[in-house]
Parts: sequence; structure tokens; C-alpha cells
Amino acid sequence: MSEKKNLRLTLKVWRQDGPQDQGRFETYELDNVNPDWSFLEMLDILNMKLVRDGKEPIAFESDCREGICGTCGFVVNGRAHGHLHKTTVCQLHMRHFKDGETIVIEPFRATAFPVLKDLIIDRTAMDFILKRGGYISVNVGSPPDANTIPVPKHNADKAFDFATCIGCGACVAACPNASAALFTSAKITHLALLPHGHPEREKRVAEMLTAMEEQGFGGCSNTYACEVECPKGISITGIAKANLEYWRAKLKGH
Amino acid sequence: MTEKLWIEGRTLDLKEDSRIPDGPIEEKWTRYKNTVPLVSPANKRRFTIIVVGSGLAGASASASLAQLGYNVLLFTYHDSPRRAHSIAAQGGINAAKNYQNDGDSVWRLFYDTMKGGDFRAREANVYRLAEISPQIIDYSVAIGVPFAREYGGLLANRSFGGVLVQRTFYARGQTGQQLLLGAISQVLRWWNEGRIKIFPRHEILDVVLIDGHAKGIIARDLITGELKRYAGHAVVLATGGYGNAYFLSTNAVNSNATAIWRAYKRGAYFGNPCFVQVHPTALPETHEYQSKRTLMSESLRNDGRVWVPRKKGDTRHPNEIPHEERWYFLEEWYPAYGNLVPRDVASRAIKKVCDMGYGLPPTGRAVYLDLLDAIKEQGRERIEAKYGNLFEMYEKITGESPWEVPMKIYPAVHYTMGGLWVSYELQTSIPGLYAIGEANFSDHGANRLGASALMQGLADGYYILPYTIGAYLANRLGEKLPDTESEEFKKTEQEVKERIEKLLSINGNTPPDEFHMKLGHILWDKVGLSRSKESLLQALQEIRELKQEFWKDVKVVGDANTINQELEKAGRIADFIELGELITIDALHREESCGAHFREEYQTEEGEPLRRDDEFAYVAAWEYNGEGNPPILNKEPLKFEAIKPTVRSYK
Repeated sequence: MSEKKNLRLTLKVWRQDGPQDQGRFETYELDNVNPDWSFLEMLDILNMKLVRDGKEPIAFESDCREGICGTCGFVVNGRAHGHLHKTTVCQLHMRHFKDGETIVIEPFRATAFPVLKDLIIDRTAMDFILKRGGYISVNVGSPPDANTIPVPKHNADKAFDFATCIGCGACVAACPNASAALFTSAKITHLALLPHGHPEREKRVAEMLTAMEEQGFGGCSNTYACEVECPKGISITGIAKANLEYWRAKLKGH
Repeated sequence: MTEKLWIEGRTLDLKEDSRIPDGPIEEKWTRYKNTVPLVSPANKRRFTIIVVGSGLAGASASASLAQLGYNVLLFTYHDSPRRAHSIAAQGGINAAKNYQNDGDSVWRLFYDTMKGGDFRAREANVYRLAEISPQIIDYSVAIGVPFAREYGGLLANRSFGGVLVQRTFYARGQTGQQLLLGAISQVLRWWNEGRIKIFPRHEILDVVLIDGHAKGIIARDLITGELKRYAGHAVVLATGGYGNAYFLSTNAVNSNATAIWRAYKRGAYFGNPCFVQVHPTALPETHEYQSKRTLMSESLRNDGRVWVPRKKGDTRHPNEIPHEERWYFLEEWYPAYGNLVPRDVASRAIKKVCDMGYGLPPTGRAVYLDLLDAIKEQGRERIEAKYGNLFEMYEKITGESPWEVPMKIYPAVHYTMGGLWVSYELQTSIPGLYAIGEANFSDHGANRLGASALMQGLADGYYILPYTIGAYLANRLGEKLPDTESEEFKKTEQEVKERIEKLLSINGNTPPDEFHMKLGHILWDKVGLSRSKESLLQALQEIRELKQEFWKDVKVVGDANTINQELEKAGRIADFIELGELITIDALHREESCGAHFREEYQTEEGEPLRRDDEFAYVAAWEYNGEGNPPILNKEPLKFEAIKPTVRSYK
């Protein structure tokens, strides 16, 4: 839809055959890049070229390509999901790059995220955090009518702002400590803001923060890098809220 | 083409095959629940159920079954179950709560869904869906889904296409995400309790039958490439729809039909494959390498007005075209529903004005969806609250701001009403094999209404399957878990292995994606929004040629013992090609227009679809008949006891 001319790009891409392989950067030249392509479409086209030449395509993950499933994600020129604010790499378009530019592409790096192949990482550790209390223990059956407990609109909206986390791992990749504090606190805060989440709030915060450490994520040292790179704009105030929840739980003897 | 395209089969029995309970429609589900055999808690622990797919249907079924005490093995090709494509549903979920006091009821939701589906759905299923809908909202709220609320703290609602009440619950434009994360939170809870085992990055490549019953699956570990056998007392497919057969659709790029297609080839009937929904409001195609179409939620039609310039080829900036020179064709053609006509009606209307030459430059395949009037009337803040994230997404993709310029949209393949044929109990024609959510054909007839997919997925998973699967298992107390060393498992694994080896050995010249694009073009052009006998016969021939070319010339690089995305794609595309053939045959045989299926030969003088109830008031339940043989057409008659089919009118 833009009328900019096509780009010529140099791509330096991290290639790694498997978890044990050391990995290295490889360089590719790409001509005639349409500014309306998304970043992943650009890689699709490069991959089709590689396949036609009998070479292994670059392994990267994506699914919805609408910025909501959280499958995609790698580092573009040193920034998780690229330089565009509040944007997953599948929503990043080539119109934001310059003709003749060199683009460096590498996987999210963190101890808890081992590289499986090229740009694909294993983020199972995040599910292991949520598993330890990122839910409300209510059985399917006949819960009370949905309107029985009013929730102030302000709280419901705020809960949504934290619930909107897509679990992509950009916060971990951006953090110098590879902490999952933003991710973990988003779930704690979402459920703490709703009355339905209150019966388990103390147990939840204690367990989830313990799980975060056990999974090999670092601690938070307030660099704010996570908030800057989060494609959903999740606020670092969630971490403060989770800390508050933690001390609240401590005082209550959890 | 003179050869026979299909073979007439049998008429399904509504009691024996479809298992529709007796009694008036309002009582059928209650009667069923009162009489279905139960499995005791102690015995439930001895049963293992395989669930494939972790979207709304698969996740809710897993959680609900685990809560009852069953052992659940949950498989997903994603790295985490949370990523299934239900997550991308934007607009909302319907429920007959009547919180708005605008005259809604279970009956109205039932009737709207039947009518929306152009009277091609099974009445008993649809009524049950409407009946269950309020419970879904109650449960979702109880597990922490942050739905939109009014200032008084109670839940908010909005309208969707094809209805005159406000019954849609929503969480901004991310309702699917919030409902899925809610269901997944329950999966994680039961995983933590040890009742669910999750198998991420596992793709199901076949279903294993023992003595005609589904008893397991063959899965490929997408990291190591290893083929693995898993046994269960029953298998549930919750693998979503097959819209990606059209290559460009609003589906996630990896969404595929392999599991349901393999089940079809093992004997499960395929219901109404030609009912494919084209959604009116997706972003237009802009370049030839586009990998997907992005949806703009139907909810935008609550406040948005669809128009084109009255003058063909008008090159003025849209904001410079005065209102009287704009053609609001939906409002003009359908005064009662206006911009909120159902999806099939809106899509066809948009195509029609574009075919007439009114489409927007440069492609001629786009119309305006304009919210500028609404922004002026309601203020930025209110519009932002309702559609903020959609506006953001639009701007990211197109580089244009909907706050300043009207959006451009054009229809795209979105949802498949067709799917595996299932009985009232959601069981396929293979005993022990169930299909839920979009993977089955059951509730939406020939066209799905907006905000009904989430409702159906969760109704099937939370509330229906957990009851109906008991009817099957109650007869199998004491039955041991099948041995994965049995001949049936080994033989099925061997067949899967040979197919993979064949794909890798062709070593032709064309990457799998190119075949996919070609298939997509054939289906979209000739089996898309409007179809004719001529276009369908042409499509059939081209698909058959494409299939031959694929197995001669596909190039799959790499090997089978590692992550190999090209191999994954090749297998899925091979299945899409075969399914494309069945979609086309189904569209050929259905000589009427209904819902999303518009046959050019069958229209009224005004160009509206002409349904032919005398001949086609049935579900086509296709049966596989061996490689190279025409499929068998079985028919389930649609008996309307509670309502009378009418000519659908939204004028």
C-alpha cells in the first residue's frame, strides 16, 4: 500500500543445527524486498529461494501472524521483535527498514530458553511457572451467575491489561538477568485484581515466584528493559504489584 | 468428465446413527443427561483419553475430563498449548443471558443460529448449544476471564451480524485470547495435579483402529522427528478447521486438516465439506507473497459503515468524497440489518460491487469500512475502548491510520462449517473417535454467525463431550489400555513412515509452499464465494493434475530426524490437495445455494441464494472408498420439528 521502492538488504542470520551445535552467523543478500512484506514474509521468500537451491531453510517459528499467539519472536538488530514499539516480529513490516541496510537476526537468548534450531527456542519453562498457580481452582459445573459478583470497571480493565500477555518471552530476552518477572507478575496481577482470584492469592504468588527461580530465570533489578520490549505494552507496575502481593502473603504466614 | 464423481450411499438413521434423543426440543438434552450411563469415579481413573488439539474445544474438554477423573493425554503441534488458533478470535462469544433486557432467550439464540446457518444444521444440536451458552459465561467469569464491564461492575454486551439483540460478551478485541487462556489455565491446573499429560510439539499423523474402534494415534515428535505410538480408550480430535486449504485465509499459518483427513481415510464420515465461510472484513491482499489474510473483527460493523464511491474509478481521497457521492450498498440493499447482515450476505455483496467495477484502486478488490462518522458521533475514547487494538493492528499492517482514513477490507476464507460428521454425542462414524469444535460439522449449518465459534468450542469441551463420552466408556469397564506393540499400531506406524520417506525421496524442483499457493488459487477462484458447475469441474481437473505434479515434483530438503518444517508442510499440503478434491465434489453435488455455498445456477431474480429444501435438506456425510475411487455419499436427513425453514431475508 505504500509507494516506496523495493529494498536491497543484507541479512546476518544465526544458524544452529541443534542444541549441541555451537552455531554461527551466515550472511544472505536479498534483492527486491517489497516494503509491504512483513518481516516473516521476507524470511519465507528467502527460505523458498534456499529450498530451490537445495539448501536448508532458516528455521523460525510463527503461527497466527497477527501478533496474538506469541509463537514468533527473535532478536532483530539487538532488539527483541525489532525496533518498533509494541510490535511482534510478525507485525513488523519491511517499510521500517532502509535500502542497503544490514539486519542481524538471532534467537532470544536466556539460560531458561535453550536454542533448538536456528531461531527456534524452547520456552517450556514459562508454562512450568504458570503451572504452579496461574489459575483459579473452580470446577466446571454450576458456578454462580456471572453477574453475581460485580467487578469495578476500572479493575476489570486493569486486569485485562495484564491478562493480555502473549507469553512470547521478549521480556526475558530483553532483560540483562533473563528474568521472567514481567511475565510472572502479569499473571499474578491479573488474578489479584479480580475478586474471583482472591481465595488463592497468597499461595499463588509464593508458588509462582519460587517456580520462576527454579526454572533458571534471573531476578528483577529494575532495568525496565522488559517493559520497553513487550509487544503488548505490559506495565512494569505489575512487578511492583506482585512484590506487594508477595509481602502480603509473607505477612499472612505463607 | 464423464466418469462417476461419487457413489450414492445410504440414508443415516436419526436414532441409530445420529443418536438424537426423543422428546420435544427443549427436553432432549435434559432427557439425555438423565439417562446416559455414568462411569464411577473409581472407574474413570482407569480410562485414558487422547485429546488432539489445545484450542478452545480441546483445552476445555481436557480440563473438564481431567476434573471428572479421567487420565488425559493432550497433544499439540505448538510449543505450548496456549498458542492454538482460538487465541486469535477477536469479537466475542454469544450467550442467551438477556442481561440487556432486549428480548433475548435460548429460543431466539437457537432460532438465529438455525436461520443464520440457512437451515442446514441439526436442530437438536443447535438448541443444546443455545441452552448451554449461559453456563459458559458463568464459568469463564469464575475462572478469571476479564470480560468488558459497565461502570456498575456488571458485564457489557454488544451486537453481532445476523441478530437484532445484544448478546455478545467480549474482552476488547481479544475475546478468543482471554477465553483460551482461561481454558488453558485449567489445563495447567490439572497438569499440576497430574491428571493431564501435555505433549507439545507433537503432530498427529494417523489414528489407530483396533477392531474398528479408535484406540490410539501415531504422532511425530517435531523436535527429534521420532514417530511415537500412543494408546487411549478413546480419541478426541479438536484440531480446528481446514480453511488453510485455500492457502490465504485468516487461519494461523500452521493450521491444518491432517488429523481429520487421516480420520476420514480410516472411515470417519466427512460432513458438508463445501461449507466454507468467507469473512467479509479482512485486510485486502496487497502482494503476491502474502502469507495470510488478517481479519478485522465483525464487531467493527456495529459502528462501521461499508461503502464505495458512487463513481467508478473515483481516485479522490476518501475523506474528500461527500456522503451523497458514497454508495452505502449494504444499508441500501438490506435496510433492516444494514451493515450487520450475516457474513455470507456481506461477503457476496462486497464481491458483487467489486465485480461491477466499483472496487477501490489499485486492485479493484477492496471496499471501505468507515468508522470516521462513529468517531465523530461517539468520541475517540469510546471507539478506542471498543476497537483500540484493532485500529492499532490495522495501522501496523497497512501503515495507514483508521483514525484518519477509512479502513479498506475485502472478504477472506475464515471458518469451515463442514468437518468430520458427528452424532448428537459428538462421536464420528468410527466408534471411540470424537470430533469437537470447528473440527466437526455440527452446529452452524451452511453459515456460522459471528461470536458463535467460541460458544460452540467451549460448549462441546466443557459441557457436552464429558457427558457423551461416558456413554461409550461405560460399556468398556475393565478394558485394558491397548498394547502399542500390537500389529495394528505397528502397521499404522509403518504406513506413516513410508509416506514420510516417499515425501523425502521425490527430490523434485518445487518447494511445498508453491503447491499450496497453486491449490489456494484454484479453490479461491473456482470453489470460493460463488461456484458454478463449470468452475467446479474445471477446479476438479486442476486439483487432480496438481496432485500428480506434487507427488512427482515436490522438493523437501533436510531429513526426518530433526526439526524439518518443510517436511511438516509437505505432509499437510498433500492432505489439503485431497481434501480440496472432496470440497469440490461436495460443492458440485449440492445443486442449490445455501449460506456460504452459492451456486450461480441457483439464485432468485434479485440474485439472492435459492435454497432447494425438497432435494437438499440433508447433511452430506462423505465416506472414503479407497484410493482413486469415487467417495460414497451418505445422507442424514434434516428433520425440522421445532421450527419451519423459511426463506432467509435480512431486508
